[in-house]
Amino acid sequence: MLSVKVDLPDDGACREQAKVALDELKVTIERGPDAGAAQQVFSVPAYDNQTVLDVVSWVQQNADPTLSYRFACRVGMCGSCAMMVNGVPRWTCRTHISKVLNGDAVTIGPLRNLPVIKDLVVDMDPFFDKWVEAEGVHHGALTREDPIAPVDETSVEREMANAGIECINCSVCYAACDTVANNADYLGPAALQRAWTLLNDAKDEGRTAILDAVSGKGGCHNCHSMGSCTAYCPNDLDPMSAIAGLKRETAKSFFKRGR
Amino acid sequence: MDLRLYMAQRITGLIMAPLVIGHLAMMIYAIQGGLTAAEILGRTQGSTLWFLFYGTFVLAVSIHAAIGLRTVASEWLGLKGHVLTALAWAFCLGLIWLGGSAVWAVTFQAVWR
Repeated sequence: MLSVKVDLPDDGACREQAKVALDELKVTIERGPDAGAAQQVFSVPAYDNQTVLDVVSWVQQNADPTLSYRFACRVGMCGSCAMMVNGVPRWTCRTHISKVLNGDAVTIGPLRNLPVIKDLVVDMDPFFDKWVEAEGVHHGALTREDPIAPVDETSVEREMANAGIECINCSVCYAACDTVANNADYLGPAALQRAWTLLNDAKDEGRTAILDAVSGKGGCHNCHSMGSCTAYCPNDLDPMSAIAGLKRETAKSFFKRGR
Repeated sequence: MDLRLYMAQRITGLIMAPLVIGHLAMMIYAIQGGLTAAEILGRTQGSTLWFLFYGTFVLAVSIHAAIGLRTVASEWLGLKGHVLTALAWAFCLGLIWLGGSAVWAVTFQAVWR
């Protein structure tokens, strides 16, 4: 049984929030291409402590073993379990069902902006390919014979890099981004934020490669600063500001290098 | 949009900012005590200053607007490649022609005749 807080009309006499007990949840799951994008409704028992991922797992374990979905760590570290919940991208293992219910109903679908493989499983290849396209890889200049380069934790660059490195690659920002939806070439918020952290990393020597990679047809200049990435990032990161940083650095480089 | 188009749009935006203010100030000044064709032409005909002011304005607007429209056409209509490039250039040149002929008409056209 799940207790959901419900706001009663404010008549002055009763300002207390009442608790309405729910026994069952009405869970609509979008079944993807194999099922002709059909929506299937399941009745799932409600519990006090229940995440969206718990609900999906209950359906797979008790109602329909053919339901496909992804998860691994269940504690918000691995970035595997992101799905659209009532049309909004969320990390399902850290989203309590009571937070997203419409009455007793919830709709769960595969992440937006990525090809659906089956049910709630999307193909993450385009997402990760774009990390590499944005030069989101380490560009080292030292060998193992060299001493370890010191990192000044208090420098402005390090603080800017630190602000973005806790990304768990869940693709919630990528699913939330309307520019990605309308422009398949766009590298997207996660890849560009990784490029920004590397640009500010004292140990990374790939400055020119990164600036060139984010200045192309699908680069940072496509961003319209709508901010869905920052609004929906489950780790409270700010890819929009990272992309703004890339725009500033590429503009400076344009005047210095002519590209 | 790549860096080249982004910079072209931002730089033309910077050029337009003071010109817009000048244009608005001019309009407010010009309508004091009524607005006549003779008054406008009296100010603009043969004037290199107004030719350069509005000539620069037309060029900046044409480039700025064409890049913006190119983005809209790409994202909303899904246009790509040569079609997208051709549309953006056509819009840019069209604006230059329309704006340019208007500027020419009120500055040097009569003088040249």
